Amino acid sequence: MSKSTISRRGVLKTGAIAGAGLALPTYLRADGHTGYTNAPGDSPTVTIGFNVPQTGPYAEEGLDELRAQELAVEHLNGEGDGGMLNTFSEKNLDGTGILGKKVEFVTGDTQTKSDVARASAQSMIQKDGCIMITGGSSSGVAVAVQDLCQSSGVIFMAGLTHSNDTTGKDRKANGFRHFFNGFMSGAALGPVLEAEYGNERSAYHLTADYNWGWTTQESIQATTEGLGWQTQEAVLTPVGAGDFSSYIAPVLNSGADTLILNHYGGDMVNSLTQAVQFGLKDRQVNGNDFKIIVPLYSELMAAGAGANIQGVIGSMNWNWQLEDEGTKAFVKSFGEKYGFPPSGAAHTCYVQTLLYADAVTRAGTFNPCGVVEALEDFEFDGMGNGPTTYRGADHQCFKDVLVVKGTENPTNQYDTLEIVDQTPRSQVEYAPDHPMFGGAEASLGTCNPGA
Amino acid sequence: MDAIILQILNGLDKGSAYALIALGLTLIFGTLGVVNFAHGALFMIGAFCSVTLQRMLSTSFEMVDETQTDFLGNPLKVETPYVEAWFGPEVGAAIIDWSVPLAIFLAIPVMIAVGFAMERGLIKHFYKRPHADQILVTFGLAIVIGEIIKANFGANPISTPAPEAFRGAMDFGVLLGFEPNTIIYPYWRLVYFLFAIVIIASVFAFLQFTTFGMVVRAGMADRETVGLLGIDIDKRFTFMFGLAAAVAGLAGVMYTPILSPHYNIGMDFLVLSFVVVVVGGMGSLPGAVLAGFVLGILQSFASMNEVKAILPGIDQIIIYLVAIIILLTRPRGLMGRKGVMEE
Amino acid sequence: MLGLNAKDTSLFIVVIIMVLAAPILLNPFPADSALAQFNAGYPALMQRFLIFGILVVGFNILFGLTGYLSFGHAAFLGVGSFAAVWMFKLLSFNVIPAIILSIVVAGLFSVVIGYVALRRSGIYFSILTLAFAQMMYAIAYSDLVGKFLGTIITNGETGLQVYLDDPQILAGAGDPRVPHLFGLEMNSQTVWSVGGWEFVFQNGYYLCAVFMIIAFYMSIRIFRSPFGLVLRSIKSNQQRLNYTGVSTRPYMLTAFVISGMYAGLAGGLWSAMDPLTGAERMFWTASGEIVIMAILGGVGTLIGPILGAGAIKYMENIVSKINDNILHQWFAFMPEGIENFMVAIIHPFIGKGWHLTLGVVFMAVVIYLPGGLVELGERFIGLFRRKKTDNAPTGASTKPAE
Repeated sequence: MSKSTISRRGVLKTGAIAGAGLALPTYLRADGHTGYTNAPGDSPTVTIGFNVPQTGPYAEEGLDELRAQELAVEHLNGEGDGGMLNTFSEKNLDGTGILGKKVEFVTGDTQTKSDVARASAQSMIQKDGCIMITGGSSSGVAVAVQDLCQSSGVIFMAGLTHSNDTTGKDRKANGFRHFFNGFMSGAALGPVLEAEYGNERSAYHLTADYNWGWTTQESIQATTEGLGWQTQEAVLTPVGAGDFSSYIAPVLNSGADTLILNHYGGDMVNSLTQAVQFGLKDRQVNGNDFKIIVPLYSELMAAGAGANIQGVIGSMNWNWQLEDEGTKAFVKSFGEKYGFPPSGAAHTCYVQTLLYADAVTRAGTFNPCGVVEALEDFEFDGMGNGPTTYRGADHQCFKDVLVVKGTENPTNQYDTLEIVDQTPRSQVEYAPDHPMFGGAEASLGTCNPGA
Repeated sequence: MDAIILQILNGLDKGSAYALIALGLTLIFGTLGVVNFAHGALFMIGAFCSVTLQRMLSTSFEMVDETQTDFLGNPLKVETPYVEAWFGPEVGAAIIDWSVPLAIFLAIPVMIAVGFAMERGLIKHFYKRPHADQILVTFGLAIVIGEIIKANFGANPISTPAPEAFRGAMDFGVLLGFEPNTIIYPYWRLVYFLFAIVIIASVFAFLQFTTFGMVVRAGMADRETVGLLGIDIDKRFTFMFGLAAAVAGLAGVMYTPILSPHYNIGMDFLVLSFVVVVVGGMGSLPGAVLAGFVLGILQSFASMNEVKAILPGIDQIIIYLVAIIILLTRPRGLMGRKGVMEE
Repeated sequence: MLGLNAKDTSLFIVVIIMVLAAPILLNPFPADSALAQFNAGYPALMQRFLIFGILVVGFNILFGLTGYLSFGHAAFLGVGSFAAVWMFKLLSFNVIPAIILSIVVAGLFSVVIGYVALRRSGIYFSILTLAFAQMMYAIAYSDLVGKFLGTIITNGETGLQVYLDDPQILAGAGDPRVPHLFGLEMNSQTVWSVGGWEFVFQNGYYLCAVFMIIAFYMSIRIFRSPFGLVLRSIKSNQQRLNYTGVSTRPYMLTAFVISGMYAGLAGGLWSAMDPLTGAERMFWTASGEIVIMAILGGVGTLIGPILGAGAIKYMENIVSKINDNILHQWFAFMPEGIENFMVAIIHPFIGKGWHLTLGVVFMAVVIYLPGGLVELGERFIGLFRRKKTDNAPTGASTKPAE
């Protein structure tokens, strides 16, 4: 097939010339007078893209994100009760859209597959003229879409993504993450685990065999070993294994007294349910009560695991039961619109959308480089997590982290998790060139306006 | 030693699920000659019979309790299930608690009806079409069934616990003379294994010892001749489809406490069950059962840390590796006949 | 022309025109109209039409001609993509070495897998290809080889991408930081605005177009060659062929490898258009999608695979993006009750329900149109002709034209 090289080039040239010839009233969308991709120009509206899983294993989470995003758009456009706009420490957003332009949105389905998510984001950028993409429920997808947004010159405000890599070795100048990460989970769980379970334990990890699982295990292991715990064994399990019995059975006589399930979604529901069936929660090893830990919780998974999560400790980015004003305002407007409390995934997407709008307003432009500048080292409050900073060095938000456990005696169907502690931000911070985050080589690159 | 016994138990348990699904698949293929890619979907419908019954039994009426508040600060609506109101709180709660085993009685008629409807409404028109067409139309059907389930139940896994009495684990090792607490195994998994054995035995007994079964077996061997003898073999085959659907459905009902059902569970089992059937040999019922257990046990052993230490990741590919080796050394699977599905 | 008969020539010309003019043909609605939702003329989607078109055209050489149903074809697409990204990481962002290597690597994989899998036929062949593909998927998804060697090969689920500190030994200082053809950037484009319409002409798309045209031409030549004839006779009766002393194995293997190389080309192109590749494009459902595309378009026909690939990708990208807001806009002219009713009816089939649409359409095609979209087209034409001349033969339309 390579013999046609010459003709191919010829055809390409002809094509390009023909294209240029036809395109007399031509302009390059990317580098016209506006200087950045999809500049809204004089248009009275501006379009943002909500790229969430609507089919596949995380569909429910994605749909919850979509609800929150639609709510954010309502609030930005001055409809509804304004939600967190009233509690947000910045007061630039006044319900007239962004920079006076009404906010419109398009939706897409990522299927929690990187290829599909990129295709969907590309269509948002190329066809719908989106200037910002947000949403998503998996780190693989977040990394993939973030990379796409970087090369296309739009801003990516990540949704639920917990892997260290997203703002670690795969960080990008055009991408921002409000959600917490594996390292923070580990650091936040540390003090609580020490207080509740002491310093002499022996942990057995079951880890989902993909990037998120690896980084989570690495982070948690570093914390528990720091507490003086032994790591008995770390076993990789296939993603979507369904039946985890053959991985759980060896835990019984391994001498370990703590099982750490680095699983998420359906894997977490199944492995936890099955571990409880094996009687692990009622077991005594080394004179200790056997304990199970789930590093990353989500409300939807907690519901799927039912009574099995009772007393099981884990961490969260945010929970609707928090008592601060921002949380109350958001839960109220979400709850009144949809009839149930929002999930953590919904919260992070809502906040990300508002933060983007605010950054644009402060920058006075939709130009991604202006937005990046406005968001870097931006400090804010009133969004449910207490005082928060978007660190400029890696575009990761730093804030308090929640440690939660499964409610022992739930009073209603939404009461699945209760807050144990709030680990202060100072304890979950790390250097931008931390080895778990790509070390010194990791670099944001430069912001790309797409010209 | 204890580790090996535990993995054998795990293998038998996994194998029960594989064998039950493969058995139904083979019943359909052996009798009707149809490759049913919607078989995983039948398993899923069974699983959702559990969910449906659980929901039906938990159907509640609301009463506003002024003393408590919900998450928005409004007065809490307390929900009381009707069964608890009718039978008293304790009996009512027990009925709800037993919803998974009770769902068997819901699943049998539902699955037979679904099976009949599928056979009469769709599969019947595909007897004369190539196997590829059968695969494709049933694959399409599987997508549609999955989406309907998703529209009604959402995409999240739904917790369907076993009855309280079976929730713990049994000290199995003591029976074999081990120290207490070395080999403990969940009650429900033991129940599932016994249940699978009973179902498999009943299907074989039905085919072996009843006149109906004899005719069906004859039809499997030579459909035309049986038809020429004046026996309405089609009607029996329709019934067999219903039976196969029921077997898949029951496998699904009883599996829900082990694996929280979700709308894609059928697709998850589909590829696996086909590998099992092909390894067993297309059209061979004993082959399907044997292959189910063999693959289940091999998969469990491959998951052991000692094995993974030598061959990392072997647990992820073992099933396919075994399938390739068996198909290359035994061209028609473990117990397959010549000339089936080779054109 | 070019050794094709008159009918094939006209088909070939139609395909060339369709491919080259796609940026215009696929954008029939003005950009700001409500129907712009249905426009497919943006580069990313058009590239995928062609990439999957090439993939399915190649698959059709195996499945359409010989009847051997490979259920693991996506694996070759995957190895092709990985090979291309590795070329980007090691050599430079020039697409030519990447695409060449992806074809070669996919070819090598298909020689090995084909050699083993073709020892069996029927469903046993399908399961063997499926087993190989699933093994490769598992290995890539958890980067088992990489873990074994202590390095990164596929980078697991996050996918392989090019980093700033990759060696790129052939890259010059001034080279673009995106895939390019000797400096011609794949993602640069020209927009032609006429009235309310906007037509986008992108370099990358036209590179795909050139490959598509070559791939299609080669497919016609294979279909019409003596080699193609042998493949067809394998489909109709392999046993007889064996008895007449023809060893079918080399022919089958050749077809399998050609088909695998097409998939490799598609994978290489995909990476060239979008240089981040993950394992999930190798999953069995991706292979199933290829089969669906082939059937939907019309198996064993020349043009069918392209139509099928286009139809599926169109549904995936366009139907999944329609949401209730858009529906309300469409039906806004109706009284509110009817509007809500219409939205409620259509709602299950769009957005998150697009899989349902896929399933229903797919079943309908298999049940009523075994010849796929090609058969649909022919029935239309047949209907038309019958109206004109009543004496046209009936029932002739079921045979797909090739």
